[in-house]
Parts: sequence; structure tokens; C-alpha cells
Amino acid sequence: MIRIFNRRRALAGSAAAVALALTLGACSSSDNGGNGGGETETDVAAALEQGGDLLVWGWDATLPPMIEAFEEAYPNVNVELANVGTGTDAYTALQNAIQAGSGIPDVVHMEYSAVPQFALTEDLADLTPFGAADLEDSYTPGTWGSVAIDDGVYGLPLDSGPMAMFYNATVFEENGIAVPETWEQYVEAARTLHTADPSKYMVGDAGDAGFVQSMIWQADGRPFQSEGTDVTVDLGDDGSNKFAEMWQPMLDEDLVAPVVTWSDEWYKALGDGTINTLLIGAWMPVNLESGVPEAAGNWRAAPMPQYTAGDDTNAENGGSALVVTEASAQQALAYGFTEFSNSGDGVGVRLEAGTFPATVADIESPEFTGKEFPYFGGQKVNEVLAAAATSVSSGWQYLPFQAYAVSIFNDNLGKSYTSDQPLTEGLASWQDAIVSYGNNQGFTVNGG
Amino acid sequence: MLVFAVVFIAPIVYSLYISLFRAQLVGDTQFVGFDNYVQAFTDAQFWSGVGRVSLFLVIQVPIMLGIAMVVALAIDSARLYGKDFLRIAVFMPYAVPAVVAALMWGFMYGPRFGLVGYVNDFFGWSLPNLLTPEWILLAIGNIVTWSFVGYNMLIFYSSLRTIPTSLYEAAELDGASQSHIIRHIKLPAIRGSIAVATIFSVIGSFQLFNEPSILQSIAPNAISTYFTPNLYAYNLSFSGQQYNYAAAVAIIMGVITMVVAYVVQLRGIRKDES
Repeated sequence: MIRIFNRRRALAGSAAAVALALTLGACSSSDNGGNGGGETETDVAAALEQGGDLLVWGWDATLPPMIEAFEEAYPNVNVELANVGTGTDAYTALQNAIQAGSGIPDVVHMEYSAVPQFALTEDLADLTPFGAADLEDSYTPGTWGSVAIDDGVYGLPLDSGPMAMFYNATVFEENGIAVPETWEQYVEAARTLHTADPSKYMVGDAGDAGFVQSMIWQADGRPFQSEGTDVTVDLGDDGSNKFAEMWQPMLDEDLVAPVVTWSDEWYKALGDGTINTLLIGAWMPVNLESGVPEAAGNWRAAPMPQYTAGDDTNAENGGSALVVTEASAQQALAYGFTEFSNSGDGVGVRLEAGTFPATVADIESPEFTGKEFPYFGGQKVNEVLAAAATSVSSGWQYLPFQAYAVSIFNDNLGKSYTSDQPLTEGLASWQDAIVSYGNNQGFTVNGG
Repeated sequence: MLVFAVVFIAPIVYSLYISLFRAQLVGDTQFVGFDNYVQAFTDAQFWSGVGRVSLFLVIQVPIMLGIAMVVALAIDSARLYGKDFLRIAVFMPYAVPAVVAALMWGFMYGPRFGLVGYVNDFFGWSLPNLLTPEWILLAIGNIVTWSFVGYNMLIFYSSLRTIPTSLYEAAELDGASQSHIIRHIKLPAIRGSIAVATIFSVIGSFQLFNEPSILQSIAPNAISTYFTPNLYAYNLSFSGQQYNYAAAVAIIMGVITMVVAYVVQLRGIRKDES
């Protein structure tokens, strides 16, 4: 949650500077969902023409310029954007509004990890009748998999966060470290670096649920599977173990800096060469630029290291969607807005504001991939990130009560970071806690 | 009377009421009677929180009240220069909001970029990282002591000022030393205040929330979501949507606090009479 918050805050500056950039041609067309005369699809067009008032909740900094563009394109629609908080705060507010039955927004900005929970409780509208399913191929598989749940489509991807390895090329060079392509090389590089200069670390990790989940995803683990209220949790599956085995020496040999992600200390450590790689989502560059200005020119982007040399497997880290509430009285209009923002002309506007898109056409557009980043020494960072997006493996699922599971992550894995409890033991204890919570909440949860 | 009923009784009755139900993410809310209470009594996480605040109470409160007492007696002794300044200086931290105090100390505790880190670098020392599971309770105790010494000092000092000067004059005529005066006049006279300060501190310890909650963001592995009973109830309710169970936990904790505070009060009064 905090990750997204910081990213958005970092974006706020650049977003404010964005003029109405309606004309960026790179975006995919808004009519590629049309399969002819589906009744409700006609309703969407009619609703946009007829207009009305839409209430949108969101904290994404690329929303305001996009809404301006939307209102220009559809002058009869009046969009009110409210920022009710970030991450968990926003979901709590949504839950309260739904329970109270009043003040429910039409469209909500929601992280992928929270979508299953609200979809399960039937608080989100299935967008299939409006033609959303036809858009499947225009999005990256990882992001689509996060909104397409149990035969329904419960939102359209707003942005994405395929993982990449950002590294401090200056420190790498000074210490004669080659950019690692496998995890074996990565761990070895961590040893070399820390031995050469004990004040330097390959990476910072103080126990971060989002990071661990993405790493398990990248190792082809699929610890959470759910269908309706039947949930299976297996944090001891092959992928989870593969990650734990690889990462354990990093902790045992003190090769990770125990610095909490997004803390002030963390930003300083990224700037002064204490932490020298980031295994994180593709939305990071803009955040490095604003949060660590003193390291300008030092950082570069590279693909994620692999378990087997020559493989190309990746995962998502963060990212969010726009969803339409079931309680909305004008779902057709709300869908029209969502499609404009996440599939239509709105994508171009948000690209200008610095979003990392979820739409394949935009990720692959030469304009996007060809952009040179002065902060990264002129590297075409998006080229690396676009390739990272295409190698994200599918089939990952979040729990239908993901927020709670994340909140108790450190209760269970904290000891793995501060004492000699192995990661696998921490994961097992986390699994037990998740299973017992889920069963208490009326799910049928099985531990794998 | 009506205001009293609405403001004081209604929230308690409502908490009692909702603690008898269980709402689930899937399925309807059911009446479960005292199930939530039964669950709480066997909940290891809850009792570990209770144990932690009890340990905190037993160690931190005597230290804090001891310091407050020494300062109050020093200021009251009339032999001290700049006592007005000392009084203000000691009281000042109480005016700092608990959240700000915790943030401030959190920065200082930082082993790399905080004050602790700088001191270590500068003097070549190796002060322990207070943000680890072993030391975190001490770190919190330090913040709370810093915040509340002044408050308790003021309670002691104000009641010391109510002792009639004729008593001191009489004692001096009898040739009593300062330590005799403290032991036989001052301490007995403020016994009531000590009881009051102790009760406040007991309640404060059991309600420990702000400091661990703030420090959690920089020491997530040292402070669990059930670190104190208050934090536990908060997390159950706001990240786990277990409002009903949280209500039961809160009520049990309220009862424990009342019982302990009552026992302290009884002891205070009994000594008063003796």
C-alpha cells in the first residue's frame, strides 16, 4: 500500500505539469471492444452522449489530467474525483460506504491485490456485458489475470508493474561486478560486494510482503488459489521453496541491508551506495528520479535474474485497476469512463503523466520504448521494462482477503529477518495464520 | 443524567452488544453468545500482549515515578537555582503530542542514519539497535518516560506545595535533617498523589498504543500486530474486519485495567489510613 502511495506522490509533480495532451497517437483505439450490436455496448455509447454525474474515488496522480480530457471529449458527463485515502484507507472507506448504502462511488481506483476481495463480496460490477471481455488481448496477461476472476471481468487494468532489477552501475563498476543474469550470480555478486566493502549491500530487505509474493510469483510459485469461497493456500509449493532457498543465504550471511522499504533511511541508502539493486515494479524510475536525485546517472535497469540461465520468467509487483461498483446506478456510463481511461484516449494522457501502462500496444509503441532517461545515463529504460512486461507468467492469484494477510506478514516472517528462523518456517507459520483467519471468515480454506 | 447515559453508558453497552455477534466476510452475521470471550481467553496472541504491557508496567512505571519524585523534591527543596526553568524543562515533553514524540525518537534510534548511528560512527561505539525485538520495549519505555515524567512531577510538586510551612519549621526546631523531613513529612503527605499518579500510569501502560503503532512502521519485525492489547484490538478491527472479536478483546482489557487500577487504589487508601 505504501509503495503505491509513494509512487503516486512522486508522480504528483509531473502530473501537475501535464497540459491537455489529447493528441498522443500511441494509444490503442477505444473502439476495439466493439463486436457489433451488443445491447449494453450501445448503452455505453448512449450513456456517454446523454451524460450525467460520475463519482470517482482514486489517488492516482494520472487521473486528474485524464478526467479533464474525458470531460472535454464527453461534455455532458460531469466527473467528480475524490481522494478518500490510499490503499487500505480507501478500501476501508469503500467498505463503510457499501455497508451504509450511501455515498458509494461509481468508479474506484483499486490495487490488483484488493480486487478479488471486493469481487467475491459482489460489490463490483461484472463488466462482461459491456464488452470488457473483448479487451483481453489488449492487456498484458499478468494484469488481465488480476481483474478476470471466476468467469467475470471486474475492472480494467490502469497500470502495471512488471518486475525489473535496477542497479547502481557506478558501484558495480567500482567493485568489478557484472550485471547478474541468474540468481546464483546475484547471490555471488552480493557476497563479492559486501566483502569488498562491508558498508555496501546488494539489496535492502527488512521483510516486505509485496516483495516476497512477487518473488514467489517469479519462481513460478502459485501459493494462493481460489474459486469462489474455496481457497487453497500453499506457501510451501515448489516456487515458494525455490525462492526461500535462494534468498536464505542472503539473510544468513547478512548480505541484505535491514532497511524498511520506503523509509527515509531507505531513500538515503539508495542514494549513497549502501543499497545497490532494487527488485521492484516498472513504476520505479519516476520514483528514483524524484526520491533519490543525488544518484542521478548511477542507476540502470536490467531484466530480473533467472533461476535457470537463459530463462525469461517474470512477475508483477504492484499495479492497479479501475473498477465499477455493483451499487452504481449508472454502470454503463461508469464503464464508458473506465474504458476511456484504461483502453481509449485516456491512456495517452496518463502516459504523458508518467504511468507505466498495462496496454500491450502502448508498452510496445516505439515512442514509449525509445524514450531516453537522462537520470539513467540516457538508457532507454522502457525498452527493458517493456520486455519485462511480456515475460510475466500468468496464473497468479491473490487471496480474497489479501489486505489482512499482508498486515500479518511480519508477525510471522519477522523472526526470519531478525533471528535464525528459516524463511520456510516463517512462510509455514504465515500459511497457518491465513488458513485459520479464512476459515473464521466463512471461507473453506485448505493448507497445501 | 441523560447526557451521562448517552455519553458514558451507551458506547459500553453497544460494545457489549456487538461483542456477542460474529460477522464474516462470507455469510451472515450470527449471534454467538460468549464465543468471542471464550476465544479471547485462549488466544495466545492476546495474552502475549497483556504479558508485554504488564512487564512494561512493572518496570517502567516505578522508574518514571521515581524520577518524577526526585525532580519534584529537588524543586521543592528551595535550595535549587533555576528551579522554574527546570520545572518547565521537565514538563515540556508532556506538551509534545505522543505521535510526534514517537516519530522523533524513532528517527534518533535509527542505527544507520539516526542519532544512535551518528554516535556510533563518531565515537566508534556500538550502541545496540533499539529497534530490534530484544530492545524495542526499552525503546518504548524511554519514550513514555520522557513524555510523562514532567506530568507526574507536577502532580507530586503541587501536593508538596500544600504542606504547611509550619511543619517544616517545627521539624527544624526539633533538629530533623532533610532526609528525615522527606521521609517523615513530605512522603506521607503526598501519599494520595502517589496513588493517583500510579493509577494513571497503570491505565496508561495498559492502553499503550501510539508509541508502538508509530514505531511499527520503522521496526515491523520487532512490533507485531498484537504487540499490545490495544494495538491488537485496532488491527483486528481495521485490517481484519473482526469488529466483534475486537470488541470482546477491548472489553476484557477494560475489565483487567479496572481491576488492577482498583487494587492499586485500595492499597493507596489503606496506607493512607495506617
